[in-house]
Amino acid sequence: MSIVHNFPFFSILLCMAAGIFTSMFKQKLAKWVTFSVVFAVFTLSAFTLALTLRLDASYPFMMGHFPAPWGNEIRIGRLEALMATGFSGVLLLALIAGFHHSPSFVSEQKTNLYCIMVDLALAAILALIYTNDLFTVYVFIEIMTIASCALVVVRQNGHTLVAITRYMIMHLLGSGLLLLGISMLYGITGHLLMQPLNQAVRQIVQTGNYTGPLTVVIALITSALAIKSAMFPFHVWAPDTYAFAPPLSSAILSGLISKAYIFVLIKFFYRVIGMDVIISQNISQFLFICGSSGMILGSVFAISQRDIRKMIAYSSVAQIGYVYMGLGMGSNAGTEAALFQMLVHAVVKSVLFLATYELINVSGDRKRFHYLHGAGYRNVVAGIVFTVASLSMVGFPFTGGFIVKLNLAVSGMAYGGWMRAFVLVALAVSTLLNAVYFLHTVVSIYRRPSQDIVYPSVVKSPWYAMAAMTVSAVVILYLGVGSQPILDIIKEGLKTLI
Amino acid sequence: MFELLYQNIEQTVSVILFGIGLTILLLQRNLIRKIIGLNIMDTAIYLFLASMGFIGGRKAPIVVDGVTEVSAYINPIPAGLVLTGIVVSVSFTAIMLALTVRLYRRYHTLDIDVIALLAKGEDA
Repeated sequence: MSIVHNFPFFSILLCMAAGIFTSMFKQKLAKWVTFSVVFAVFTLSAFTLALTLRLDASYPFMMGHFPAPWGNEIRIGRLEALMATGFSGVLLLALIAGFHHSPSFVSEQKTNLYCIMVDLALAAILALIYTNDLFTVYVFIEIMTIASCALVVVRQNGHTLVAITRYMIMHLLGSGLLLLGISMLYGITGHLLMQPLNQAVRQIVQTGNYTGPLTVVIALITSALAIKSAMFPFHVWAPDTYAFAPPLSSAILSGLISKAYIFVLIKFFYRVIGMDVIISQNISQFLFICGSSGMILGSVFAISQRDIRKMIAYSSVAQIGYVYMGLGMGSNAGTEAALFQMLVHAVVKSVLFLATYELINVSGDRKRFHYLHGAGYRNVVAGIVFTVASLSMVGFPFTGGFIVKLNLAVSGMAYGGWMRAFVLVALAVSTLLNAVYFLHTVVSIYRRPSQDIVYPSVVKSPWYAMAAMTVSAVVILYLGVGSQPILDIIKEGLKTLI
Repeated sequence: MFELLYQNIEQTVSVILFGIGLTILLLQRNLIRKIIGLNIMDTAIYLFLASMGFIGGRKAPIVVDGVTEVSAYINPIPAGLVLTGIVVSVSFTAIMLALTVRLYRRYHTLDIDVIALLAKGEDA
């Protein structure tokens, strides 16, 4: 066992420790500590990824003094390492690109408290990615919910308060369902670690005892995680929260935190229950229907918005729909497409929120579309980055979004009958709708502004923020051109996820 | 039917409590009542979980008089889980109450629908 084997544990511990100590630091130090912790986690995760690529299977890592069936453990494979690397990289870029406008939403004295929440959110994301224990999942989901609540509510604004109250009510409902599901599962199997659980579930399916409770457990946990990740009919809390939160928090929430819930769900399906059981219980079909209707209806809602931030928030609902449609196909190919979409959307959506903020900022803090005319000229970099991200949302070739839609279509083609037709039609319609609102926005930021609107001169955004955004745009293009190695890692990783 | 329900009295009660809590959480418009509903819901789950670890006729898992057989004690894991859960729900209640205080100071009402209506009129 080399030292690299310990890196996932180190990265979780580092974030938790940083979260605790940052409360005692001065504002500037807290900021630098957070930046360096996120960078360190990114580096550690990259090393872990390099290590897991050389291993054939995932390896367990014991947490505490008790061995496997009783104690707690984390399990590291290449898929987990890839997700951790991707998410921490996106968080790093988002922090560099977005932290400089923290004075607009959090007072100077409280910057270090904001840093704590960023640290805790990253710790929870990492723990959810790596953990092999269902109760740890519950605990870190709660930590993540608290952290994201605090990330949103730093902005003292009526809209934000109402949005976060809705958010909390829906999330607490989700937590309740999740805890009930986990305790019922513990009741019928007597385990909390994922591998022993899987064996017990296999036994239940074979013998036929307790199949009713098992169905209820799957339904409870699936709906809990669907509520928390804003799957279509449960998305009511999402648009307002994403739209009225500070832009950096929206980027973190919609880009990373909602993905961590879905990753847990994928792990639950593959590692705990087994995908064959999920398909035979028709849960995957339910996700398929919800995902594909979310893809279309999310876009329809987005078109009707007049506030650019709300439009992007609704497009998040549509993009989560793609993930659930891929997952709902029930095939490995579909899940691979869903996992790739999680990575692409994390990059695209976080940079989209931040670029939008820059565009709004140069338009005198006004969010309606007609005020944004010409914003692409007033801040050239943000305009270009916004355009690239929008093209990826639409699914333009050479961007990450294209590969996602291609993979979804290919995995849909593997089915016969109504499902194939449904996948292709849903993809086509949602692409068309995406094109309507994103290209409309791109055109409107490059339009000549009307003469009677006066735009105040604003302080130019610092070079590093613009550089980070450019890097994100390059990553989006890279995901569209050189995605094969990543797709290979996902494919192999999904096999070793079990 | 009723015999079965009575045999599993803890589970039956906890499901009923969960239903009551869920209904209050979703249907009440008053924020404080919503929080109370949330707590009832959580308590129901703790009852459910704790009842699963209890085995009739056995003692709490603290070694006394050198008795170390497993069969002498109840399962301690659900109790540990319930403790963790209680900590979580306490912190959530605190956060929700803090949010409620903030909303009340701003809008002088606890009715979530009225608050949403008032907030809509504000500038985003």
